[in-house]
Amino acid sequence: MNRPASLLDNALNLESTQKGRVVLVEDCVETSGAFVLHHLIKRFLSSPNLSSSDSIVLFVAFAQPFSHYDRVLRKMGCNLAAQRETKRLLFFDMLMLECPDDGVEGGLIALYGNIQKAVEVNSSNKNITLMIDDISLLEVAANGSTKDVLNFMHYCHTLTTQFGCTIITVLHEDIYSSGDGFTFPLQMEYLADITIKTEPLITGLAADVHGQLTILNKGMIDGFGSSKGKIHNFHYKIKENNVDYFYPGSRS
Amino acid sequence: MASSKVRTSSFSRKVPAAPTSSIPGLKYGPNGTIFLSSGIPDLDKILGGGFHLGSLVMIIEDTEAPHHMLLLRTFMSQGLIHNQPVLYASPSKNPRAFLGTLPATLVSKDDKSIKSDAEQKDLRIAWQYKKYLGENKPPIEERDGKVEYCNDFDLRKPIEKHLIAGNRVECVSLLDCSSLTGIRDSCSKFLSQLPRYDGNITSAGRIAIQSFCAPQCEYYDKEWDMLSFIRSIKSMVRSSNAVAFLTFPASLLSQSVSKRWQHLADTLLSIKAIPDEDKELATLLTGYQDMLGLLSIHKVARFNTQVPVILDATTYSMKLQKRRSLVLECLNQAPVDGASGCSSSSKNTGTLDF
Repeated sequence: MNRPASLLDNALNLESTQKGRVVLVEDCVETSGAFVLHHLIKRFLSSPNLSSSDSIVLFVAFAQPFSHYDRVLRKMGCNLAAQRETKRLLFFDMLMLECPDDGVEGGLIALYGNIQKAVEVNSSNKNITLMIDDISLLEVAANGSTKDVLNFMHYCHTLTTQFGCTIITVLHEDIYSSGDGFTFPLQMEYLADITIKTEPLITGLAADVHGQLTILNKGMIDGFGSSKGKIHNFHYKIKENNVDYFYPGSRS
Repeated sequence: MASSKVRTSSFSRKVPAAPTSSIPGLKYGPNGTIFLSSGIPDLDKILGGGFHLGSLVMIIEDTEAPHHMLLLRTFMSQGLIHNQPVLYASPSKNPRAFLGTLPATLVSKDDKSIKSDAEQKDLRIAWQYKKYLGENKPPIEERDGKVEYCNDFDLRKPIEKHLIAGNRVECVSLLDCSSLTGIRDSCSKFLSQLPRYDGNITSAGRIAIQSFCAPQCEYYDKEWDMLSFIRSIKSMVRSSNAVAFLTFPASLLSQSVSKRWQHLADTLLSIKAIPDEDKELATLLTGYQDMLGLLSIHKVARFNTQVPVILDATTYSMKLQKRRSLVLECLNQAPVDGASGCSSSSKNTGTLDF
């Protein structure tokens, strides 16, 4: 089952040797960006061209229980329960995480401690991917203390340089779009090497086009060795086992 | 999580239809989900079967009209008729008094079934296929005509007293709670008393919370407390067999907080009342005089799947049929501003061109 690389894979260009990147998925109420996450889990856990036996996914779930991800990924041909047994998927169920009022010691610091431990144990010669679904709920769990969440993200960011970890997170962008001077999404975008944005079509939802993706890849290196930002833009349609990506108007 | 332990292999075949008939008021849906009726047959059809068990349903209230109460009432009444435990929380001093206003089931059954049949043939030709979505329904209805998956309600008649007395109905006043921990505790206590999911569901519970962020409540200005309350309700409900139904006036929240709430909802609806004398609107929509309001569907729960539900229309008109039962109808002509992405102008009469 070797599909040709999709538009999304080409745009992400994750095959390149460069390690330790930060991917930010921005979505909104109308179009959830969860499918990008599902695609990437599958890619890291069971992609044939990547030497998959030594890639590990740390999944920090605030949004959905394990059974949800398991069933979604199973339809895409990736058995999360089995991957969890073989310790290639480390699943942190954070649905009930509550930080105490006085500080974040019990919550975020403990969580970071667990992540760091897991990364250190597996750091020898392995591709480690840290996924957080999603940052906006992490903020709620931290009782709205944006500073603590940013600190947490900066700590996680150190893992990218130290261990070559890839970080993938979801951020609900429309929360911050009301113009109340939120700097949080800007900081996250600054950290990110690749920003993937899902939006509905301006004309509303349609059965054939579920939305459009805009991908900004800051770390793309062209043939002459200089890096330049590149923007990709295409439409998508989500199916149970796959997602179709296509350029606007290229589908009859 | 209890449910994830049980269902380690999701590809085990579902036992077809046999357990469905044994549980009144519950229905198996796709992807291993279970549906529970909203109390409005049309809304169930639109949502593909009803509310998902374990989901958080949120309704954005209209600022000027109490139409969300219609949905709340039918939701609770439907629960009582199916003997499901109900927890009701509202910002009134005496929430139990609200139970007296719940509607009773529509009695004139023969009359109704003939009429709705005829109606489906005449008016809803394009909707015929929707009938097949509810194929599991007939066997339940036929069983001595008592346990229907979804009843029609007569909004003019109060529910029978014995239904309220005979069921577990808990009422909580949001005014009594200075902080949200009290409500959270009563919700978790309520949910813990429901029978756990052990491969075969026996009963389901309903939590109804009215006007959650009403300004008369003490926690009103603590937006992060409210958010974390909703988040914990969501995760509690997700791991039990219940549906939480929460209405809130979005205009009282700042825009970014309101967006957060909307992200937390599994199913998101909004209600808009129709002003009495809007002449412009009256010329655009057929049957304008009978409309109570507009119901928009922003988000449909997506459990165990990544495929979004794309409805053929997102805005429906709420009408009272014979001034009794609530029906939802497709708009016959889309509003001009089209901001809600309504694409239901299939029956364009052609008198107006946009």
